[in-house]
Amino acid sequence: MNAIEVKALSKSYGDIHAVDGIDLSIAEGEIFALLGPNGAGKTTTVEILEGFRTRDSGDVSVLGFDPRLGGQEARQWRNRIGIVLQSTSDSGDLSVIETIAHFSGYYSNPRDVNEVINSVGLDDKSNSLIRKLSGGQRRRLDVALGIIGNPELLFLDEPTTGFDPEARRNFWALIKKLRGNGTTIVLTTHYLDEAEALADRVGVINNGRIMEIATPAELGGRSTSKALVTWRDGHEIKSQATDNPTALVGQLTSTFNGEIPELTVTRLSLEDIYLKMIGVHHE
Amino acid sequence: MNKIPSALSLGIRRGGLEIRQFARQRESVIFTLLFPVMLLAIFGSVFKDTIAPGVTFSQYFVAGMIASGLVNTGFQGLAITIPLERDFGALKRLRGTPMPASSYFIGKAILVSVSMVIQILMLFGFGVIFFGVHMPTSGSKWLTFAWLVLLGSACSTALGIAFSIVPKSGRGASAVVSPIVIILQFFSGVFFIFTQLPSWMQQVAAIFPLKWLTQGMRSVFLPDSFATQEVAKSWENGRTFIVLMMWLAIGIYFSVRKFKWDRD
Repeated sequence: MNAIEVKALSKSYGDIHAVDGIDLSIAEGEIFALLGPNGAGKTTTVEILEGFRTRDSGDVSVLGFDPRLGGQEARQWRNRIGIVLQSTSDSGDLSVIETIAHFSGYYSNPRDVNEVINSVGLDDKSNSLIRKLSGGQRRRLDVALGIIGNPELLFLDEPTTGFDPEARRNFWALIKKLRGNGTTIVLTTHYLDEAEALADRVGVINNGRIMEIATPAELGGRSTSKALVTWRDGHEIKSQATDNPTALVGQLTSTFNGEIPELTVTRLSLEDIYLKMIGVHHE
Repeated sequence: MNKIPSALSLGIRRGGLEIRQFARQRESVIFTLLFPVMLLAIFGSVFKDTIAPGVTFSQYFVAGMIASGLVNTGFQGLAITIPLERDFGALKRLRGTPMPASSYFIGKAILVSVSMVIQILMLFGFGVIFFGVHMPTSGSKWLTFAWLVLLGSACSTALGIAFSIVPKSGRGASAVVSPIVIILQFFSGVFFIFTQLPSWMQQVAAIFPLKWLTQGMRSVFLPDSFATQEVAKSWENGRTFIVLMMWLAIGIYFSVRKFKWDRD
């Protein structure tokens, strides 16, 4: 069974079709990244899945439950999911460990409080008040509160905004570890390298519609696109797009009789593909 | 698989957390707990007359201060702090957990009740020592006092949670809520003797719970002989009970049905 199943989902605000007929299946244990510019319908879609917003039409099943329902069943459902929202800055007067320990009491099978603190790298801030934390540390607390309930499904909304590169790498390692335990993860992010590092599949959403769903390596025909070979010839940097980079490099090797100056072979980055898909042209 | 904790047990845990958070905000602790005492000191020093044989203005004023303490702590406090929590995203985060709304409301009610008990004890101590305020003497008066505080706290909490949907933002909440409370205090006979107010003010005040809470508190703190000086020539405690129950029902209805967890 899929963790998330969405069929023909639509939601309008007045004349604006924020979500305009989305189909989406996310498998159990998968990391799925939803990409798209601001205002594309990303947040609306995710918040419908999280049960924060109602939909106009379409079918939605999240862990076999319709998120628009309420009552005791909704509590049982929320017990199985974790949500890391975009910006939260509350309870500045509680310490990290007090907050996480309190939230752990909401769930039937929470993870160990200290283990969670350790996994987000806040050990030495455990007894600090939240208002004394830096932006990145607060974000890690948000993540800790998202995973304390030991969720089967975790929503992460731009989780690493404001992280330094090291914190981001540590966070990626944490997410991969969660996936290793079988957690399904739905990620929205503006960082294409993050999607590439983490996601099994990415979906690009624009103007309320899904444009394509593919693995990061295959999105937008990336795996079959031409490779770009560049090198230096005297004072000149030369480049050539080719379907056969290996042959070209072999040719150049004999031309230069050995080492090719400043050789690089690249394919389009995920970012190049993504920007092309959403219609942004830049140099 | 363990069971999810019950709404009541989570509510009690939230109450503990709310109190801890509140206790760490030194300014609001001082303001909330000392403000009624300061007002008593000011009014008790200015109005030294007796308003009836054996009834000082301080005695009259203590009744009003306890009643308006209930409104300040519950209604005003919650209608201002809940929009702030909403702005911070704290409510939305709670909404995403299995914690039910009722637990959140119970937590707020516990915070209001504990804060009220402390305020009342301080008013009593200060009033008795410095302004010769007399404590209720009979068991039945203490009983009336108990249900007034209990029902008043519940009513004020529910209305505060309900009214938290009105302010558009946390920053603007105080500007919306505070004038309502101050006007109600003037109209309801907290600062002035109710029967000396213009009758249209008395009639407006009679719609809202503060007038009834204040009158009920007077029945506790003033001698029964004073009842004849009330508008209805009696304490009307039965009517007070009904009015407070009605407002409690209104507060609960809007809290449960209309509570906003998110900014938009």
